[in-house]
Amino acid sequence: MEGSIFQYEFIIKGLIGALFASITAGLAGTYIVSKKMVFLSGGITHASFGGIGIGYFIGINPVVGAAIFSILSALGIEYLSVRQKIREDSAIGILWALGMATGIIFIYLTPGYTPNLISYLFGSILTVTYGDIIALGIMSVVLMLYFTVFYRTILYISFDEQFARTYSPYVNAFKYITTSLIALTIVLNIRMAGVVLVISLLTIPPNIAMIFTKVYSRVVVWSIAAAFTGTSAGYAISYFAGIPVGATIIFTLVIIWIIAKIADAVISMVKRTENKILN
Amino acid sequence: MQATLLEILSVSVSYGNNIALQDADLKVYENDFIGVIGPNGGGKTTLLKVILGLVKPFKGRLIFNPGILGRSRIGYLPQISTGDNNFPVTVMDVILSGLMMHKGVVSIMSSHDRKRAGRVIGELGLTELTESSLSELSGGQLQRVFLGRAVIGDPKLLLLDEPGNFVDTNFENDFYEKLRLLNKRMAILMVSHDIGTISAHIKSFACVNRHLHYHPSSEISNEDLLAYGCPIQLITHGEVPHTVLKKH
Repeated sequence: MEGSIFQYEFIIKGLIGALFASITAGLAGTYIVSKKMVFLSGGITHASFGGIGIGYFIGINPVVGAAIFSILSALGIEYLSVRQKIREDSAIGILWALGMATGIIFIYLTPGYTPNLISYLFGSILTVTYGDIIALGIMSVVLMLYFTVFYRTILYISFDEQFARTYSPYVNAFKYITTSLIALTIVLNIRMAGVVLVISLLTIPPNIAMIFTKVYSRVVVWSIAAAFTGTSAGYAISYFAGIPVGATIIFTLVIIWIIAKIADAVISMVKRTENKILN
Repeated sequence: MQATLLEILSVSVSYGNNIALQDADLKVYENDFIGVIGPNGGGKTTLLKVILGLVKPFKGRLIFNPGILGRSRIGYLPQISTGDNNFPVTVMDVILSGLMMHKGVVSIMSSHDRKRAGRVIGELGLTELTESSLSELSGGQLQRVFLGRAVIGDPKLLLLDEPGNFVDTNFENDFYEKLRLLNKRMAILMVSHDIGTISAHIKSFACVNRHLHYHPSSEISNEDLLAYGCPIQLITHGEVPHTVLKKH
């Protein structure tokens, strides 16, 4: 069949990309969902769009621009909320809009070339390069090492920051490092799911996992599994149906979440009925 | 003669222009059981935070008995609101986190640490809940878990912030009995606005209303409280616990 080698390569690239995206999203997502930082992460994501625009304008790799923007905005929000100079949710709201506005203005000002905005907003497997996949692979390794080596310290700080602060001098250092790693994870996944959809790639899998387990390390593992199922199924569906991949992935994940919720409700209903009969 | 664990010397703390604590003096001895009472906003929690090093006084100092007490030998039971009970952690995780101060940056827990945590969990009657997540626990069970976290590191001074806020009345007597046993091994400083309940268990009072007045006995009268500028609504003392209401 004509183009079969191209197709084979395309599928392998998609699957490897999906695997790395799932590992990073599962690790970072469990952290942000547990710590109720979903809105903060949404703010970081959208602020990074400013970096994409400026990247185009000054002629550097837009992902590098987005990375710088997202880390700076993440640290800025953490810093402001620690100092309590401004309400955190307001700070996020302002940064969110400012990032998008900056991005649009600079892309508009960039002479000649108009980048494919849609691919940044909603993600596209067609524009994912080997460079992107290698970057995600490195990020997967870094996150796995970081969360394994410092598992307990990160867990204790996330669970009860005030208590941890009493006994550990490292609380702020860990908060800043973890938030920066999450900002980077978000940026690298923007190529997969897009600015608008990436936050659900981080948020939905841990919520699926937490239906079945409330143990942090297991939530991470199940999140990665759920994310990989959702992303690879999403790729397949988008490929065969010819619909945008980012949106398809998110749809697939939401459907898995709904099925899991229903399954959980049915299981607990059956258990209750059994108990009633036994009693 | 009992050794002094901690000496607080004319400590003053302010938040902005607000003075929360002024020239507070307090000596804590081994095996002390001090009830810290006073009105809301009077500086009770600030006193604990100073001892924990979370708040820096602008005046005065703290002297720890270097042979016995350091910050890592202070156990702390915060008010329940500081941790998120929907966070995906197990009872074992939370109890182990009480060993954090003895670990470095990596906090790896050995099987010895797990055994130790298992013993603490057993003493608190929570063995069946070891691998349960916090969201499955009742108020009283949560209180026991946080008490376990506070004592697993074998502290010499235990700080309790409003333990009466936990609603489980079934466990209340058990809880104070537990504290009585712990008091054989460590000094206890307990913040409470509910002196009616605590006066049966403590050995002395500290009245905190910006100033600190130490009262070296567990019996304290309304007149004493008024003299200390410590308006409290009810107090129990004597053989049969009873309640005296403040004059209207």
